[in-house]
Amino acid sequence: MVDIEAYGEFETAWCPGCGNHGLLGGLKKALAELDIAPHQYLHFSGIGQAAKAPQYLNCNMFNGLHGRSLPAAQGARLANPDIPILVESGDGCNYGEGGNHFLAALRRNMNLTLLAHDNQIYGLTKGQASPTTARGQHTKAQPYGQPSEPFNPIAVAVAMKAGFVARAFVGDLKQLAEIIVQAMGHKGFALVDVFQPCVSFNHVNTYKWYRDHTYSLGDDHDPTDWSAAMGKAMETEKMPLGVIYRNDRPPFEEGLPTLMHGPLARRGCDKDALRGVLRSFM
Amino acid sequence: MSDASINILIGGEAGQGLVTIGQLMSKALVRTGYEIIVDQEYLSRVRGGHNWFAIRTGPEPVLSPVEAVDILVALDGTTIDVHKDKLTDRAIVLADAKLECKNLNSLSIPFEELTPKVMLHNTVALGVLGALVCVELDVLERLMADNFGKKGDEVVNENIEVLRKSYAWVGERDSRFECLAPPPEDMPERMMLNGNEAIALGALAAGCNFCSFYPMTPATTVPLTLINAGKALNFVGEQAEDEIAAVNMALGASYAGARALVATSGGGFALMEEGVSLAGITETPLVIVLAQRPGPATGLPTRTEQADLNLALYSGHGEFPRAVFAPGDLEECFYLTHRAFDMTEKYQTPVFVLTDKFLADSYRGVVPFNLDELPEVAAPILEPDDPAGYKRYAVTEDGVSPRVVPGFSEALVRVDSDEHTEEGFIAEDQETRIAQNEKRLRKGAGLLEETVPPELFGEDGADLLLLCWGSTLGPALEAMQRLNASGTDTSVLHFKQLWPLKDDQFVPFLEEAGRVVGIEGNATGQFARLLRQETGFHITDLVLRHDGFPFTPAYILECLEDIL
Repeated sequence: MVDIEAYGEFETAWCPGCGNHGLLGGLKKALAELDIAPHQYLHFSGIGQAAKAPQYLNCNMFNGLHGRSLPAAQGARLANPDIPILVESGDGCNYGEGGNHFLAALRRNMNLTLLAHDNQIYGLTKGQASPTTARGQHTKAQPYGQPSEPFNPIAVAVAMKAGFVARAFVGDLKQLAEIIVQAMGHKGFALVDVFQPCVSFNHVNTYKWYRDHTYSLGDDHDPTDWSAAMGKAMETEKMPLGVIYRNDRPPFEEGLPTLMHGPLARRGCDKDALRGVLRSFM
Repeated sequence: MSDASINILIGGEAGQGLVTIGQLMSKALVRTGYEIIVDQEYLSRVRGGHNWFAIRTGPEPVLSPVEAVDILVALDGTTIDVHKDKLTDRAIVLADAKLECKNLNSLSIPFEELTPKVMLHNTVALGVLGALVCVELDVLERLMADNFGKKGDEVVNENIEVLRKSYAWVGERDSRFECLAPPPEDMPERMMLNGNEAIALGALAAGCNFCSFYPMTPATTVPLTLINAGKALNFVGEQAEDEIAAVNMALGASYAGARALVATSGGGFALMEEGVSLAGITETPLVIVLAQRPGPATGLPTRTEQADLNLALYSGHGEFPRAVFAPGDLEECFYLTHRAFDMTEKYQTPVFVLTDKFLADSYRGVVPFNLDELPEVAAPILEPDDPAGYKRYAVTEDGVSPRVVPGFSEALVRVDSDEHTEEGFIAEDQETRIAQNEKRLRKGAGLLEETVPPELFGEDGADLLLLCWGSTLGPALEAMQRLNASGTDTSVLHFKQLWPLKDDQFVPFLEEAGRVVGIEGNATGQFARLLRQETGFHITDLVLRHDGFPFTPAYILECLEDIL
């Protein structure tokens, strides 16, 4: 197993008490358990406090644009079908700015794991509503209370029959790490939405609030039962933690035969084949 | 000169099959050994309207589309109404017997008599047209086999039968239309390509193996050609959910070792702009094919223009180097796209291939490109010598840091849209900022050194110098030929790379010329302004066109009359 210290220790720009710290710890634990060394996987992120996570890890990092981590990661997946890929960004990045990409990624079902930090607020821009902020919650930008209904990423993912849909909470790092291990082992698109308090800008969804409003799924929940999963996804008073839904839908890669020839970086230009292409225009 | 050429215009509604007739006729002409240049004009609709496919052809090189029509193939009455005033003295109209040709020289084709099947009416039109210009029946018969072979012998045979009947029908009549002069005997076998196909082939020849795209006219056939012609090369293409996804996917792929291309037009490119900036700071190679059409916004979505030069030049926030190529013909589409891949890998910064709708759709005959003579394209490193000490953004003298692809060694490859340290960690201090920003900008000096010089046609120091860029080359050259023939000493200076500009490559030509006239397909003379900004040379005389149609020699000459 890879030594957890291989991922490094870095000074962060996160507030003391921020859920991101726990999440980073849970991730390192999962990577070590999966025996993935820093150079053996690609870590994509967007922009935001959550998206800074790979800045604090020894890894291959693509820290791209706000909202665009999923397209960049999927491009990399198409370029290299072999390497594990992790995408990590916040609720604003994935469900707001990158909403269209989130939907497209669910449809494609490429083999990668999305770790979505969900603190139900915009942290880096200091406290505006995020797509998952509850209706009626007061913020600096929504002084009359957020008038829109929140986005339910779990319900959307289950509705679209995503391959693997789970929710975790940074208050339970053991469960978080276990879920990440399962997600990264899943062959296809895996969503892990992680509840984590923003201690500076969200005074509603605190550690206590999450403890009071979540519960862990027991053995009685069958994640392969789509209807049951849909029911779980729609629970809002007390929200389920754990693997909510999974299936064995074939990943995108199996439907594109030109991917079956290894990483693009190792492929040269086949001049004989190209001559044939030129002849076809005669 | 192209006096021996004729201009065939096939007109009708969208959905009538005029493009099929046009493409097959074009191919028959190319296979026979004739030169062609095609101008396709269509509306943004799938059915109805008035579209046309014009083939100018002859035994000698044809450089430009022209207005005058020698053979008008009218699939509907509107075609006759729209184009009758452009008919030459020798012109003939080929039309359904049901259409009123007034007192025009015409052949009324009894489509129903020649075949009861409406589906085969286009083959009748093709046969009548082929017979009229004296293309051997055999050439068209082979085309039918190539084209319909997949549908089975029965379909091929019924098409061939209709072709034969149509040829016989023309043979029984005196069309009073003279055959094309015979093609040159030593004409080599050629491909028939349009600009977008030539770009796609240039990309494949450079090892391009990835394209993410969102469909947009007139760029779409670049990815379509890459994906379909690229099947033999296991090309990886993905239709993205939008252009923002397309450009970010391409950058992710490029980071992970693909040779990536995106292709779009103005509106789609506007969405990609933040991605261009990301390519700039992360130093990720990317070739962007920007096929221009008239804006602003949706503008004239199926017409042509050269008004997005400024967009390509200034796209993306912040400062970083870039190169902009502007091919003028199909050979340049191929070779400059190939070069674009080399430049983007070598300097790790975005490189543009700027074309337009006219060039994108314009079919021509091209001798197959010599793949063995192409220069090697720069490549990233998979396994660096010292993986543990690898720094993605190592500060170097020329600004180029060795680019390693992640996942093939123990090197950690960190790319960052934030300003970053040499190792790729986020940094906000002034020292790092200045070092990295200057490092990136230093790459511009290398790009400048490698600028492809503009090409001078004709003599240095002519009385009149026509300055053009991109697809305006052909019309400008033909205008030059006509001016020289009528006694005005004229030359053409064609820019095939618009950025960076290297003064010493062209300023002497501008200074030597008696008079310089800029020709551009836009309303404000964007390139002339760029030249003035960069060199101080002020071109006051401009021939501009922004009505959505391509330049023709006649258009240029008419505008010059007002200027000279």
